[in-house]
Amino acid sequence: MDAGAGVSALGDAVVYLNDPFNWSRPGGIADLLGQHLEISGLAVAAAVVVAVPLGVLLGHTGRGGGFVIGLANVSRAVPTLALLTVFAVTPIGFGQTATTIALALFALPPVLTNTYVGFRGVDRDLVEASRAMGMNARQVVVKAELPAAAPLLMTGIRTAAVQVVATATLAALVAGGGLGELINLGFGQQDYGVVVAGAILVAALAVLTELVLAVLAWALTPGEKRLPWRRVRPARLEPVDLVAARVTDA
Amino acid sequence: MLGATSSVLAVDAAPNPWFSSSYVSDNWSTIVHLTGEHVRLTVLAVVLGAVIALPLALLARRSRYLAGPVLALSTLVYTIPSLAMFAFVAPFTGLSTTTVLVGLVLYSLVILVRNFLAGLQSVPEDVREAARGLGYGPARLFWQVELPLALPSFMAGLRIATVSTVALVTVGVIVGHGGLGQLITGGFNANFYRAEIVTGAVGCVLLALVADLVLAGVERSLTPWTRGRA
Repeated sequence: MDAGAGVSALGDAVVYLNDPFNWSRPGGIADLLGQHLEISGLAVAAAVVVAVPLGVLLGHTGRGGGFVIGLANVSRAVPTLALLTVFAVTPIGFGQTATTIALALFALPPVLTNTYVGFRGVDRDLVEASRAMGMNARQVVVKAELPAAAPLLMTGIRTAAVQVVATATLAALVAGGGLGELINLGFGQQDYGVVVAGAILVAALAVLTELVLAVLAWALTPGEKRLPWRRVRPARLEPVDLVAARVTDA
Repeated sequence: MLGATSSVLAVDAAPNPWFSSSYVSDNWSTIVHLTGEHVRLTVLAVVLGAVIALPLALLARRSRYLAGPVLALSTLVYTIPSLAMFAFVAPFTGLSTTTVLVGLVLYSLVILVRNFLAGLQSVPEDVREAARGLGYGPARLFWQVELPLALPSFMAGLRIATVSTVALVTVGVIVGHGGLGQLITGGFNANFYRAEIVTGAVGCVLLALVADLVLAGVERSLTPWTRGRA
């Protein structure tokens, strides 16, 4: 293998992606993409439904911080491939259901951590003031704490979504469907054109998910508006968040 | 298992335990070999990543015009799924450990650059100024003043990079060099043989935990002045 092979693979990939039949045929790119988005959407939705209320509860009461951080740290050490495979060999069997459950589990820690940290970090004065104005417990959470915690909450959901879209690629290794099938198929047939075509699609989808959700969060978040990649003082880099960080699909 | 079906398939009747000590002892040499590959890939990826990341972080600190692109590029690399990363590299390097290593180095590099830079930026300007006033040259300033102060951030980066890399190596199965990941997909392909899958998965988690403990110990011994602080 040399640089020439790499360049010709890229050419083959462009040819492959330009053929409309490769998109429209049954089991083609359009079908795989739909499957990929369906699995990812379901997984993120399930994680949000479970993790947001739990994060709000723990953050609001200020309990269970050790549990949340511990969960995030331990989850980083578990390879996604392992969890995807383990569910596939339970009675659930391999396929979309096992993939969705495994992905939802992986989306839990970032949503939970960010929700918890967001609600935990709400200015106590703000909560006191809301109570003094006569808000009940529910109103304090919804009207005072939620807007203050919204940026972090959205970051958690965005992190989880990008992670899930990226990880859904690995499902192909255990017959779980999605765009990773293309990469897997390409390697199986020793056709690097298909491999690179799959890689381009998967990478583009992940980057696009990140961009769309960042813009969405920007539009939905009350208060100071700034996109996550536009820092006020660009000279300073944030360190990788000790708690929330993991390579998108490690 | 499949309680509703009256006829039992041979596959279901065969025992398929989640853990089997006879599997582990019968395949001990394979497991050791794959663990070796796993450790080798992880160590090489983190060390190479650190060697490349340090000069990049030092460069990026010099000007905000360099720091911006470094942040943007690292976010982009971080977003690309690992399977796609290996797929991009494979046409150049084939089905080899090099393919896996290049991908792993890129990811560890991204984590390390950010944490190295954050560590360097956390050194107070006054301290650097004072050291220069005492006649410290750039090399001595780095080794004796900046490095010790930035060490907690450096070590945090190394720990995250190492644990992430241990998990990521498994994706290398796509080119046949996934360390303990080979057991995970191997068991899946061998008629869903659970003992093999669980051995691979548990091995990965144990490896990550051991690596993290070792690095935590190194951090502790390198920063004696932080001890005793709650």
